[in-house]
Amino acid sequence: MNPFKFSKAANERAAMRMVQGDASADFIAGGTNKIDLIRQYVETNSQLVDINMLPLRDIKTVKVTGGNFLRIGALARMSDVAEAPLVKQNFPVISEALLLSASPQLRNMASIGGNLMQRTRCPYFRQTAFPQCNKRQPGSGCASIKGENRTNAVLGTSDHCIATHASDLAVALVALDAVVELHSSRGVRRVPLVDFHLLPSATPHLETVLQHGELITAVDVPMLPFASNSHYLKVRDRASYEFAICSAAVALDMNGENVRTARVAFGGIATKPWRSREAEAALQGKPANESMFREAARVALQGATPQSQNAFKIELAQRTLVRALTDVAAKNGGRI
Amino acid sequence: MNKAIGQPLNRVDGRLKVSGGARYAYEMPVNGVVYGVLVQSAIAKGRVTNIDSSSALRAPGVLAVITHQNAPRLARPMRLPSGDSYPILQNPEIHFSGQNIAVVVADTLERAEHAAKLVRATYDAQKPIADMDAILGEAFDPPTGLTGGRPSKSMRGDVEGGWQNAVVRVEQTYVTPIYHHNAMEPHATIAQWDGDNLLCYNATQNVNGNRQALSSAFGISVDNVRVVNHFVGGGFGSKGMSWPHTVITALAAKVVGRPVKLALTREQMYFSNGHRPRTVQKVSLGADSQGKLVAIRHNTISHTSILDDFVEPTGLLTQMLYSCPNVEIVQRLVRLNVGTPTFTRAPGEASGSFALETAMDELAYAAKLDPLELRLRNYAERDEHEKKEFSSKSLRQCYEMGAEQFGWAKRNPQNSSMRDGRLLVGYGMATATYPANFRGSSARAAITSDGRVLIKTASHDLGTGTYTILAQIAADALAVSPERVRVEIGDTRLPEAPGAGGSTSAASVGSGVQAAAQVLRQKLVQMTLSDSESPLYGLKPPQVDVEDARVFAKDDRARGETYVQLMARHQERLIEAQADITERRSQKGQQGNSQGAQSGNAQAGNAKGDEGEKSFHGFGAQFMEVRVDPDLGTVRVVRALGVFANGTILNLKTARSQIIGGMTMGIGMALLEATHLDANFGRYTNANLAEYLVPVNADIPDIEVHFVDEKDEFVNPLGVKGVGEIGIVGAAAAVANAVFHATGKRVRELPITLDKLL
Repeated sequence: MNPFKFSKAANERAAMRMVQGDASADFIAGGTNKIDLIRQYVETNSQLVDINMLPLRDIKTVKVTGGNFLRIGALARMSDVAEAPLVKQNFPVISEALLLSASPQLRNMASIGGNLMQRTRCPYFRQTAFPQCNKRQPGSGCASIKGENRTNAVLGTSDHCIATHASDLAVALVALDAVVELHSSRGVRRVPLVDFHLLPSATPHLETVLQHGELITAVDVPMLPFASNSHYLKVRDRASYEFAICSAAVALDMNGENVRTARVAFGGIATKPWRSREAEAALQGKPANESMFREAARVALQGATPQSQNAFKIELAQRTLVRALTDVAAKNGGRI
Repeated sequence: MNKAIGQPLNRVDGRLKVSGGARYAYEMPVNGVVYGVLVQSAIAKGRVTNIDSSSALRAPGVLAVITHQNAPRLARPMRLPSGDSYPILQNPEIHFSGQNIAVVVADTLERAEHAAKLVRATYDAQKPIADMDAILGEAFDPPTGLTGGRPSKSMRGDVEGGWQNAVVRVEQTYVTPIYHHNAMEPHATIAQWDGDNLLCYNATQNVNGNRQALSSAFGISVDNVRVVNHFVGGGFGSKGMSWPHTVITALAAKVVGRPVKLALTREQMYFSNGHRPRTVQKVSLGADSQGKLVAIRHNTISHTSILDDFVEPTGLLTQMLYSCPNVEIVQRLVRLNVGTPTFTRAPGEASGSFALETAMDELAYAAKLDPLELRLRNYAERDEHEKKEFSSKSLRQCYEMGAEQFGWAKRNPQNSSMRDGRLLVGYGMATATYPANFRGSSARAAITSDGRVLIKTASHDLGTGTYTILAQIAADALAVSPERVRVEIGDTRLPEAPGAGGSTSAASVGSGVQAAAQVLRQKLVQMTLSDSESPLYGLKPPQVDVEDARVFAKDDRARGETYVQLMARHQERLIEAQADITERRSQKGQQGNSQGAQSGNAQAGNAKGDEGEKSFHGFGAQFMEVRVDPDLGTVRVVRALGVFANGTILNLKTARSQIIGGMTMGIGMALLEATHLDANFGRYTNANLAEYLVPVNADIPDIEVHFVDEKDEFVNPLGVKGVGEIGIVGAAAAVANAVFHATGKRVRELPITLDKLL
């Protein structure tokens, strides 16, 4: 790896100061993704600022701007969040998404803030010997479009990048209208997670709205009553320890046999955690049955663009959504 | 006294391994060692126009940057069909991505890694040949045949005539992707020069092969080279050949005048140290109205590299597995800009059995026969290719026991007829076979005055249990307890033994060790019988026996003495004996000649009887049960059962572990594993263990392994047929056949990923 300076920040202010003053400095928390990228020379930071000392590990309920939220500290570990009773009872979709991620060892280290910042598994991005990757080297081209792309995206792609966003957790969180709290020397801002990640368009190297030196301090999830009726379904080749080929996060607010409100998001098929308001609209007020679920799935994938090896994802994603909705509706006593 | 052979003894090196005491090649302590890091080519074809080492050389701690521009001249490595023989750092030509173009040496690993990134290579790049399907029409006959010089084509009978007369026909093309070995232990070397003498600690399955490669590269005698490797952290064939990094490490040590250690990164291991090549196999099976095979064609194209000709011999098992008068096997090659493929667990049989055994399942459906019944109707009573009787064959018992234990009779042959909730249930089976290979082997056995036994032979333990079984064999041959036996292996200073490949070690090295121990025992017996102070003085060898390290008269067990008593009287601190076995010996031959084998040369015991007319193979039957989600296409194996007939099982525990490992690898082959080659850049895209999917625990059910009791008097004195590879053979086909049973979808290109079942 590239030589770099390593320092531990005693508090938030010091952490932000250290990173802000150095254009190629960055924060490091669990390091499960960052260290890989540094070792592969995808990232070559001059300085890493360890933020693990900061008091950002709580998992609790808070009242912010008039609403009640589940607040997950940015440094809470994936394993702690997955097992927290508050999360398991009220947000099974979050707990499931976490437990289906990575391995127990990684979950013990990886932080929630870092999970949102994890970078794509696109092979051309991670192997610097490939001369093309617009995300790694802006303007160099996209080798995946003409090369290996089975695991890459069908939604949110551009001619410049088709890399899949890798997080499971973020998919569950966008479905639940989570908000990210960001701190910087300019103050505090709250960004809906759905707006936090950027589409690649012509600038795939810009992945989030996070500014240099700005720190994720918490993720707030609205205390949505029907979030207890939620589910994360992850489909992959290997039974464990693999990123999603396709996943669906769903929550259903049922009114008898009808859907009052639905939440739908996809992972593994899109360039960012993919909230499908189209599918949600298709389900709203409709009977919870297979044909309605199929229709919702169809509209969700309407804008999909297949590549040479991943057209199957368009069909698979629809089936995944239908299965996830079916299982949640059944859990709710629906007659599916 | 109970025999040690056959006991499920724990590994004698188990405690060392779990306590961190077992030292692998890279961990050997060497004073003053410095660190080498390889720089590998980013292009797959063309030439290096310049390598700028200036900033690397200025980096802290850097001792040398060695490239083709400044490397001492080396001889081209011996041309071997299964290892790279391209010149090592001798010219700017690039034949594959990941070819070594420089080595950086520095005082710490981190500094060497960093400096390696500062080496700037510029290239004149050409478009590589990396799309195998586009060049299948250019396939050619391998110039030197298969490994060992066997022909790449064979034909018996009238295949076209048989095909024309067939009532039921299957003709399909089966594809297996590139596989990598992915041993846990990386390839690694430590090299240390003392004048013209080279000491190498090397992660290898073949210390003597390494020694030859190093001596030829540096133009020194093999006597000047010592290669040591006490433990191998998995090899699966990848460490069978001598790869360039070993020579490069020795070269670097010469240049900097200090010992150098070098390990490949996981990514580098995908590019430069062999793989199982992709195969495109066209199989034609014709049968008569009774399901009896009348024609078999097995036509394979596999890839090799630009400079070497490695053939994955997929057709070998097709020649002998079933009875059929008309059989044609053809193996051809195409060249790709990739590193040279090499042996991978059951080279040939693993990929070949996927094609043949899937085709057999297709034929069973076409002939409306149970797949097991079809195999029984085509049971080969003798090896029809070699035209020899089998030394032993218990495949019928494997089928019977497997079907019984698995509950094959409960299988409804109709596709998608069995369900478990929303999941489809499938049963599949396939046959396994692997040759019972044998190579010459030497060993030395010694006993010390306190009765400890020391066995020395330059064999290897790949984590398979070689240390343990050799101790068991020596213990029985000398009639001592296995706890008294210490085994030393993995050093070219020890008596020569073959490389660990082809499932040969148990049979070959085991025979050498047994012979050496027997010679030692005869020496000890002779000593006591000819010593006037011995209680056994004057008796003849047939009148005595040995038990529990004590020689006694058969007709008066109280009359005798222990080895220790004997040696104390003679004031001997150590007595040793050596045996050199150069060819296969049978149990019968050995027994008949054991009297004469006192010279220390067990060749006297070689029998030149009819065993040379035999064909030697292990056999097995694989049964798999899968659950398929019909909506999502996901497949999980829920039951795996294998029954194998491999002669004497030396150690039930280590043998079972070997089979479990093989079957696991077969399930991985069926459902998960594949290395993806980017056709534009000629580079593997998933060169890591996150994206190259090997099975994890959640993918593998409890695997049930049974061994059929089989006595083989011909195969070797121990009656052993090695079990290292047969477990993978047929496993992938059994899974694929189960998937077909569950879904009605026949997937002929591995792996069977969910997209192929949607």
